Amino acid sequence: MTTESLPVRTDAPARTPAPKPESRRSLRVFRPGAGRQHHAGPLAYILLGIVALLSIFPLYWTMVAASTDNTRVSQTPPPFLPGPNLFSNLARAWDEAAMGKAMINSTIVAGVIALSTVMFATLAGFAFAKLRFKGRNVLLMLVIGTMMVPPQLGVVPLFMMMSELGWSQQLPAVIFPTLVSAVGVFFMRQYLSEALPDELVEAGRVDGAHSLRIFWSIVLPIARPAMAVLFMITFVHAWNDFFWPFVVLDMSNPTVPVALTQLSAGYVRDQSLIMAGALLGTLPLLVMFIVFGRQIVSGIMAGAVKG
Amino acid sequence: MATSTTKAQAGAGRRGSSPQSGGEGAGRRRGSLLHRLDVKGAPYAFVAPFFVVFAAFSFYPLVYTSWISLHRVELATLDVMEWVAFDNYVELWNDERFWNALANTVTIGIISTVPQLLMALGLAHLLNYRMRGSLFFRVASLVPYATSVGAAALVFTMLFERDFGMINWAFGVVGLDPVDWEADKWPAQIAISTIVIWRWTGYNALLYLAAMQAIPADRYEAAALDGASRWKQFTHVTVPGIRSTIVFTIVLSTIGATQLFGEPLIFGQGPNGISGGADNQYQTLGLLLYEEGWKNYQMGRSATVAWAMFLLLVVVFVAQRLIKRARARTS
Repeated sequence: MTTESLPVRTDAPARTPAPKPESRRSLRVFRPGAGRQHHAGPLAYILLGIVALLSIFPLYWTMVAASTDNTRVSQTPPPFLPGPNLFSNLARAWDEAAMGKAMINSTIVAGVIALSTVMFATLAGFAFAKLRFKGRNVLLMLVIGTMMVPPQLGVVPLFMMMSELGWSQQLPAVIFPTLVSAVGVFFMRQYLSEALPDELVEAGRVDGAHSLRIFWSIVLPIARPAMAVLFMITFVHAWNDFFWPFVVLDMSNPTVPVALTQLSAGYVRDQSLIMAGALLGTLPLLVMFIVFGRQIVSGIMAGAVKG
Repeated sequence: MATSTTKAQAGAGRRGSSPQSGGEGAGRRRGSLLHRLDVKGAPYAFVAPFFVVFAAFSFYPLVYTSWISLHRVELATLDVMEWVAFDNYVELWNDERFWNALANTVTIGIISTVPQLLMALGLAHLLNYRMRGSLFFRVASLVPYATSVGAAALVFTMLFERDFGMINWAFGVVGLDPVDWEADKWPAQIAISTIVIWRWTGYNALLYLAAMQAIPADRYEAAALDGASRWKQFTHVTVPGIRSTIVFTIVLSTIGATQLFGEPLIFGQGPNGISGGADNQYQTLGLLLYEEGWKNYQMGRSATVAWAMFLLLVVVFVAQRLIKRARARTS
């Protein structure tokens, strides 16, 4: 992979104004001035309203189906308004469909993966952004190149490795391969090269602080907002990751997406129960999006390749 | 780079000169040795965890896949590897299901990626307007991205249900015949693509939006002075201005498309999902890989499919580069 096909601006962007000191604590350094800002006409609002409706409707309908019962769901016209059984269906999904165990497993898996990704990405991102060392650019290109390798390709040896380690059907099998992320490293590097002034690192050196100390006392406080965003995005990805958990885990110890497949594959198809499971498995992320929507949006836009 | 080297030298000079002037001997010198070790070694220590984990759990398996693909290995006896040279490849080449899965992967890939990126472009353009509630619209577009493949595929499977699904009901309301979305090839592929499009359009739109906002305003002013219409500005300023982002999303979507697995699996509801429908009408390479390895217990053949997927990616990217170069030469 070369720079040409993944055009990444490794230089500091000239068009971004230098961040004001007070804005360092937010992700604002990522936001250059908006290119063009016409006011939206009524048509734009209508179109965006349709997009928002299409985005939200399937989830709304998940809730509707989860709140009725199996016979009502299978009638035409289909129900459009919630019924009375939401909580009993959710409770059934939690108990009968292994969703309870799956939710706990997914919380552990996504939590550990997000924590370790953030930690290692911040360390590596700091090194790539502010420390000088031989082979830095080559290594950075390598990091970017690894983004192009789909993990699915190595799934057979990985499966053999896990059964050799005795981790088949165990959570470590899902956690270990995803402890780091190239996207995360690159994201933190982009953030720190703009948000962390060279002078601060130099000052730390002059005071005789070693690198880990500089990382701990100078880099971490500045990196915090980006770390929070990276944590959330990684959590979402880990929570929703499907192929590898599906391969290596079984129904005795599933994550949420794995448990959901079992719901749909059952011989007795209870549609309300299926939808209750789907809703349950999505709920934590939805809450996160409602509370931290602004941060997640700005984080995704910040990680984007611009140009 | 130049400034940093001088800075580093200046720092080293400061450090180096202090023991001489202070003359405090071994303690200081050891300190400076440690310091140099720290400055030289710490960066590698900081980037090491990424490379170690990647090497162990991504790179090594990737390489080892090719070795396994030259063997006969069964799921029940993973430690017994029988050398069969290129037999797996020959069999795969002669296997109709492979060509079927390859064709399905390509068609579903096109049906899901092209409309997705075009709609994302339009959506980004809308989101770039100055307006009330822009945060709401951005978060709303991103809601599908927060939904897991599992949940999304389950809902859409129900919406596309033949007898009581909402989509066929809506077809009936406007006087269209109901469609058997699962059993027929193209409807099934369209339904599966719909799930992909739903999940990823908003995410791609945000990437485009970020790039659009980085386009300097004076380019639009210049275009407007030249009398360019809004549409002309869009095609001549906006799109070229975010070209690299478009390429980036094409690369990511292409990779995603070759790996497609969860959507067709769940859409097929259970055993039918792994084979991609009764007639394999929507079996992708991802599903074939799983079927060979974990249903037919042939890990060697599964690895061969993985390797074929990798080759497909390489072919796509080489083709893309060639097209790009050819176009660069003509223009």
